[in-house]
Amino acid sequence: MQQRIGVFVCHCGTNIAATVDVSAVAAALGREPGVVFARDYQYMCSQAGQDMIKDAIKEYKLTGIVVCSCSPRMHEATFRKTAAAAGINPYMVEIANIREQCSWIHKDKDEGTEKAIILGRAAIAKVCLNVPLTAGEIPVTKRALVIGGGIAGIQTALDIADAGFEVDIVEKKPTIGGKMAQLDKTFPTLDCAACILTPKMVDAGQNEKIHIYSYSEVVSVGGFVGNFTVQIKKKARYVDETKCTGCGLCTEKCPVKNVPNEFNLGMDTRHAVYIPFAQAVPKVATIDPNYCLMLKNGKCGLCSKLCGAGAINYKQEDEIIENKYGAIVAATGYNPISMDKFDEFAYSQSKDVITSLEFERLMNAAGPTGGVLLRPSDNEHPKTIVFVQCVGSRCSADAGKGKEYCSKICCMYTAKHAMLTREKYPDTDVYVFYIDVRTPGKNFDEFYRRAAEQYGVHYIKGMVGKVSPEGKKLKVRGSDLIADKQLHIDADLVVLAAAIEPDKTARPLATMLTASMDTNDFFTEAHPKLRPVESPTAGVFLSGCCQGPKDIPETVAQAGAAASKVIGLLCHDKLTANPCVAHSDEWMCNGCSSCENVCPYHAITYVEKEFRMPDRTTKIRRVASVNPAVCQGCGACTVACPSGAMDLFGFSGKQISAEVDAICR
Amino acid sequence: MQKISRFDIINRLKDLLADGNVDRVLGWKKGEFRYDVTPHVFTSAQELEADFVWGDFCGANFSKYLIKETAKSDKKVAVLLKPCDTYSFNQLLTEHRFDREKVYAVGVACDGMADIFKIKKITGDGISDIKENGEDLDVYTIYDEKPVKIKKTDVLSERCLSCKSKKHAAYDELLGGDGDVLDSNRFDEVAKIEAMTEEERYAFWQGELSRCIRCNACRDVCPACTCEKCVFDNPNSGMENKSPANEFEEKLFHIIRAFHVAGRCTDCGECSRVCPQRIPLHLLNRKFIKDINAFYGEYQAGEVVGSRAPLVDFDKEDVEPKNAVGKEDK
Amino acid sequence: MQVNEYKPLIVAFCCNWCSYAGADLAGNNRLNYPADVKIIRVPCSCRVNPAFVLRAYQRGADGVLICGCHPGDCHYTTGNYYTRRRMALLFSMLSYLGIEKERTRVEWISAAEGAKFAATMNEFVKTVTDLGKNRRLEDLRCKK
Repeated sequence: MQQRIGVFVCHCGTNIAATVDVSAVAAALGREPGVVFARDYQYMCSQAGQDMIKDAIKEYKLTGIVVCSCSPRMHEATFRKTAAAAGINPYMVEIANIREQCSWIHKDKDEGTEKAIILGRAAIAKVCLNVPLTAGEIPVTKRALVIGGGIAGIQTALDIADAGFEVDIVEKKPTIGGKMAQLDKTFPTLDCAACILTPKMVDAGQNEKIHIYSYSEVVSVGGFVGNFTVQIKKKARYVDETKCTGCGLCTEKCPVKNVPNEFNLGMDTRHAVYIPFAQAVPKVATIDPNYCLMLKNGKCGLCSKLCGAGAINYKQEDEIIENKYGAIVAATGYNPISMDKFDEFAYSQSKDVITSLEFERLMNAAGPTGGVLLRPSDNEHPKTIVFVQCVGSRCSADAGKGKEYCSKICCMYTAKHAMLTREKYPDTDVYVFYIDVRTPGKNFDEFYRRAAEQYGVHYIKGMVGKVSPEGKKLKVRGSDLIADKQLHIDADLVVLAAAIEPDKTARPLATMLTASMDTNDFFTEAHPKLRPVESPTAGVFLSGCCQGPKDIPETVAQAGAAASKVIGLLCHDKLTANPCVAHSDEWMCNGCSSCENVCPYHAITYVEKEFRMPDRTTKIRRVASVNPAVCQGCGACTVACPSGAMDLFGFSGKQISAEVDAICR
Repeated sequence: MQKISRFDIINRLKDLLADGNVDRVLGWKKGEFRYDVTPHVFTSAQELEADFVWGDFCGANFSKYLIKETAKSDKKVAVLLKPCDTYSFNQLLTEHRFDREKVYAVGVACDGMADIFKIKKITGDGISDIKENGEDLDVYTIYDEKPVKIKKTDVLSERCLSCKSKKHAAYDELLGGDGDVLDSNRFDEVAKIEAMTEEERYAFWQGELSRCIRCNACRDVCPACTCEKCVFDNPNSGMENKSPANEFEEKLFHIIRAFHVAGRCTDCGECSRVCPQRIPLHLLNRKFIKDINAFYGEYQAGEVVGSRAPLVDFDKEDVEPKNAVGKEDK
Repeated sequence: MQVNEYKPLIVAFCCNWCSYAGADLAGNNRLNYPADVKIIRVPCSCRVNPAFVLRAYQRGADGVLICGCHPGDCHYTTGNYYTRRRMALLFSMLSYLGIEKERTRVEWISAAEGAKFAATMNEFVKTVTDLGKNRRLEDLRCKK
């Protein structure tokens, strides 16, 4: 059948019209073979624009349409719906991207117009070869997986569970809680982190819909939206979780006492068998195999003898659990960057140069000093404290260290630290070196001003050039840009606001999830503004700092948003599959298995099939068969296939060739 | 002189037919001229006695014929395979192109095949007969009653000069014993072309490929080109082309042909053997083989049944195209 | 001055998930690159058949780019690994036949690398402009 194509050229206000002569584009494309209607309009995506498309489809009996507008990643779905509403197959729509890939990058109007016409021509050439496609349906596993058990993961899991869906949390540490569990007070309200976090941890632990895999890692992810298969490695903790009551007797009596306590960032020690902190969830002991005498050389066994519940099991092994999920949420969080490369601040030379997270532990009532602010080197009260902001944040790209981005939370927690110090120890001098103070949150600027104005914190605009330990003091040399002078401060304690970076486990996880990441290893969102909690990979969602630096309120908000997206997905019984899948011409298939070998989804199987041959005999032939529900439409098979039997709906060899021809015409 | 005689082969084939294990034999049949040997399916002892030949012109690789031959009957077919043919045999098995159960593979030892074009260069075209005489060939011509004596090693075909293996990669039985995998110099020619400048390479291939008449002999003989429908014959493939209408189409055909068999080509050399225009097509295939060996590690297609061809495989640390291409350039 | 007037025709195959999005980002950030580059969207770089590359040259393209996600970041897990092998071999063959190797290229550009996209295009257009018209792999019948 002869195609009847309609072409719709969008002005996008002046976004396109400023550098592309849209009416000339419509006129030129109107002369292309197959085109029976071409028109330009202010905003094609508006109701009026869509109505215009619908009317034209009906009036001119269009069989396919080309919209010359913004990126198909933006509005392809919109225009497909429009086409469907007017009664033609939604896959008879092609978009010519004349905004992002034309009007926005070319300044010369003639050049822009010429290119827009060529791009339109390619889309017309393609749409003429489009075939109506019908999307199949795929079932949805009504269970979600949250990777990471910090506040982001906990909140996401609670919200999903609240909607009635099963949800599993995988946390690599022995307890959930994440970074927030290590914090002392939270800005700008100064309520204690544990007081607001631990009830949520308990909720998560007790919720029957939530299952927590603590001390566990995701090792493989297969499948696709609605149908992920995930392998979780439950690391051996040498304690039977079902029997351990969390009494803590073993953790007190264990003879190995000199293990650096990671929960307090190594500022004190713990035993070889330990519960990270009092409110841990699950409250179950874990034996550290690197230090336990029994596990190392088979001598001791004290904890086993003491344990009334008989929970100790030295023979426990790592266990791989395989579960099916409909949706996966990444909530892998952040870490402060290593201070190794910032030797100018003498972090590795002096115990009294600490990071802000270490300062949190020093201020925390459950911390190594019981909440009394003491210098790590000699346990004396520091009288002069210098806070350095932006250590490793906002670094220039060629500095070779640090991050280019703003870590976002440091200004506020530094203000908090300064304020709390001054409140508890009014005799302390507190200096804060800053590049800018960024306080764009609710009640944030008021908070900062209170620190500076009411609490008498000395805010100094400028960076610290060098910290050198001299005797019991730390000589801090910095510049005061406003006073335009060099400052020398003899400090007792220096606190570095280290930049934050995504957790190291995020990168391999992203590879498993086939979710994309930016150059800083933050997960990329499907759209930076319109789809901020979804990854571009369907069924994978983002929660918390793994997507970018965030404070707690933002994290909780995003966690809830991610949960709502998961719920929106899981409440469907079936999903519409992508109909742009591979298909094989059985008559041309050689049965060589090349396609089967390259398919990442195992969507291709081979079947022995009976064929009626032209000479009226029958023949059994081995031919490829694609499962359209499993195929994701990458097209690897189409090129692997030597005979060209394999082709891809929506991106057929003919269509792409036609585009090439149209562009090179 | 081949190690095993025609007589021994015929006797064994007759036994096989008599046993009823196989009901036909894929072998070489004499043609109009001594050097013009044709593949044939023999069905009786008499036919074998009359027409079967074995000698220095039995270059044809029968592996590909097995696809159609095995489909014809449920009875086994016996096939004669030289060492190089067995690699194609295995490659086709890897690609599930025929049923191994229906084949009885008889490996024959091979001392290399003569190249009639090389002989004709010495004697002229009017060859009436060629007799094997020890290490020599006695070539009788219409120009003289006395034969021209030619040392066989002087007229050995190109592919046999750089033979990669005298060892059979597959067989049910062997006639004439087995040999070894050889240290071949088969990439020397490729390296020579690589060492040329871009302009020289262009001129070289322009000269070679412009002789192509698109007879499709290279494709039709190639044991890796076994598609039910070739892309060049398929109007829907986007690259259908039937004639070497211009320089582009000559190159398109040969690039795509070589690319389609890249990683699957066993380097049997049939393409160059059958090319009536004497285009060194094996140098295209060998370029891919050389690159594959250099980029992704040594790989010999057809060495093992079921091995994964390099183009349907990958390594996360594979070389980047920009670092791979033209590394050998000066 | 004639030389400067020469405008190459460049076809860039971009995978939908990374490079095409990277091109969109370049647009969002108004990063200029020459209009000579025309992008064809493919689901994955592994959809690019060597035949498409040759066809582009046949029809008069002067340079061809295949852009995909960085190795390891393919939306389809492994697609670009196959692209990498296929194109390494194809490009090597083109170079073997004496076709300028700089005309054809694979680039890995992520959705976040708008700046890299624009920079790559600028640089590639310059490279191809310096090479001049594609004469060694053209089909004169397709010339205007």
